[in-house]
Amino acid sequence: MILALLALVTDKRLALVTDHWWDIRDLSNLTDAVYDILRDDLNVPDWGIWVLSGLLGTIGIISFIGGVAIINIWVERRVVGRMQSRLGPNRLGPFGLLQPVADAIKLMQKEVLQPKVADGLVFTLAPIAFTVPGIALFAVIPWGRNMVLADLDVGIVYLFAMSSLAALAVFIGGYGSNNKYALFGSMRVIAMLVTYEIPIVLSLLGVVLFAGTMNLQGIVLFSEEHWVLMVMLQPLAFLIYFLSSSAELNRTPADLAEAESEIAGGYHVEYSGMKFGLYYAAELINAVAVSAIIATVFLGGWWMYKVDEIVPGWMILIGKIYAVYFIFVWTRGTLPRFRIDQLLAFAWKWMTPMAIINILVVATEVMIWEETGWSAAVILPASIVINGALTGLLIVGWVRTMAPNFQRFPDRLRMYSTIDVPSLPAQAADLRETTA
Amino acid sequence: MPDVILAAMRLHLEEVLVVGAALFSIGLYLALSKRNAIGILMGVELMLNAVNVTLLAFARFIESPRPLDGQVFATFVITIAAAEAAVALALAVAIYRHRETVNIDEIDVLRW
Amino acid sequence: MIEDNAIVIAFWSLSATTIVCALMVAAVRNLVHSVLFLALTFVGVAGIYIVLSADFVAVVQVLIYAGAVGVLMTFAIMLTPGADRLNASTVFQAPAFVLGVMVFLLIAWVAYDTEWRISDREAFTTTAASLGEAFLKPYIVPFEVASVLLATAMIGAIILSRAERDDRA
Repeated sequence: MILALLALVTDKRLALVTDHWWDIRDLSNLTDAVYDILRDDLNVPDWGIWVLSGLLGTIGIISFIGGVAIINIWVERRVVGRMQSRLGPNRLGPFGLLQPVADAIKLMQKEVLQPKVADGLVFTLAPIAFTVPGIALFAVIPWGRNMVLADLDVGIVYLFAMSSLAALAVFIGGYGSNNKYALFGSMRVIAMLVTYEIPIVLSLLGVVLFAGTMNLQGIVLFSEEHWVLMVMLQPLAFLIYFLSSSAELNRTPADLAEAESEIAGGYHVEYSGMKFGLYYAAELINAVAVSAIIATVFLGGWWMYKVDEIVPGWMILIGKIYAVYFIFVWTRGTLPRFRIDQLLAFAWKWMTPMAIINILVVATEVMIWEETGWSAAVILPASIVINGALTGLLIVGWVRTMAPNFQRFPDRLRMYSTIDVPSLPAQAADLRETTA
Repeated sequence: MPDVILAAMRLHLEEVLVVGAALFSIGLYLALSKRNAIGILMGVELMLNAVNVTLLAFARFIESPRPLDGQVFATFVITIAAAEAAVALALAVAIYRHRETVNIDEIDVLRW
Repeated sequence: MIEDNAIVIAFWSLSATTIVCALMVAAVRNLVHSVLFLALTFVGVAGIYIVLSADFVAVVQVLIYAGAVGVLMTFAIMLTPGADRLNASTVFQAPAFVLGVMVFLLIAWVAYDTEWRISDREAFTTTAASLGEAFLKPYIVPFEVASVLLATAMIGAIILSRAERDDRA
């Protein structure tokens, strides 16, 4: 296939994306050819073509998800290992590339234990309910100029809806285990998920304001039309979305749900064997889905400064997805874990106000653009400069105001920050006597 | 499938209204007959959903100068239902704290 | 009226699923199962909204009802651990059933009896942009009042569910 691709791009007549059915740079050529054969020669009715197109798109997406779920197991463990100055998996196959195969076989041959007092149907349903919204997130991602499975006009709100369905699935898992620690862990996770939905919605709202549409293909076309990547226009929204969604995905630094040292696994403590494997795969799929969203909305999707006319757009998108996923793994290998109260404070006191200020500034810029009618060549560079300055000033100013005692290199080693512990009444009376 | 049956399948406004009515009556039954306060709230939410179905059916099918008003109304209903669910559940939790029960047969201090 | 066969099939299958889930909400023994069936009902109703070409309201329905109100109800059940989880009925079960059936028959009769002014408009294409304009031009006052109402509800819910402190001087 690489030879075919090289032949495609080096032949001067085919340097740009064409309409031939064998031009894999736009996969809709292939499917259109298939539909034409079916419609004209075999007289398949219209609803048959429509069902078939849905099926083909779904099969394509699910095969991508399957491949990604397998490869990313290796990517995580190897990259985290190398970042921690140790070798990752290196025994099975060259560079440990067959490690996911071993993991899958191990999980499949483990006994699936189900506690007798667990709620049978709910216990089994929970991993499935967690996986389905993760897969459904891929339906609105545009893989090319004509390659979207569901070209929804409300694509962005659809993404929020699917992520909030995952919160319900976490509760089902925790409750179905009939284990008070699992329930406890799942309550904490749901509190975190619901809290971090707000900065996610607000930061993507800034993107929608600029692009003028909630359609994901429309956002990519905005990047193409104005020759600018959304991450340059709104670095603050990108940062807020990245951090909030790493909390939504239960990844370090926010993974107190599954911190093995803390709550013994949280809501999937009672799961073993392939049910746990499904939870694990679902978390990876969710991480890839969020990477795909970031790659589409902030990094330009399948468009890349005229490179997408030579290289297939879906390959560019997969490259961007892996770049963002690498940044996720990077933060996992580097940052320590938050406590639950630190996490919630981070969401309410830092992310949400900054996201609101971001919307304020972005809305002002868009309004100036609409009202004065200056061309985009004037407004967009000005916006880039203003938003970049805003990001820097806001982060520095917020840290200075909210955490004035923060020391990068502490003069005295402490393992905890000072917490006000409410004292018992007798002790408080003693304290008052001694200090008075 | 024979073409006759295929041709007879149409979706009229009345059929959507009947579906809305079914959901509304199930919600009414839940709201009137459940013992748990949260069960009653489930009935109320189901009734509000049925009302939304009716509103959107009208927005889709009826002759009107501003046809999207039905969807605006439905969005407001969703908003207010969410606010009401939050307050009602907070009330249920507060009552539970005082009385150890959310069984409405036992919360009858104000009854005659 | 809608003439596309696929949409009619989709509508009837979605309605059947939704009504069956709503009946299961009333019929199951366990309260937590009943709340889960309610969340499924909400998703089914969102499907009906899509059939009626209200795509924005459908995703908002899933986001708010299934994602937030469902979670809120499960939290409320978890915060009332001593209460029974039996999904039982009061003494008004039989009259409520009769009333429900009568209300259903009444609404169905009114629906079939009225002469509706059906328009032969095509389905809506873009609802989100038009809804946004509708919220900000004719319906700006209800929009602002709804936001004040949401803020009031939030504050009220927080105050109602605060734990009472015994050492408040």
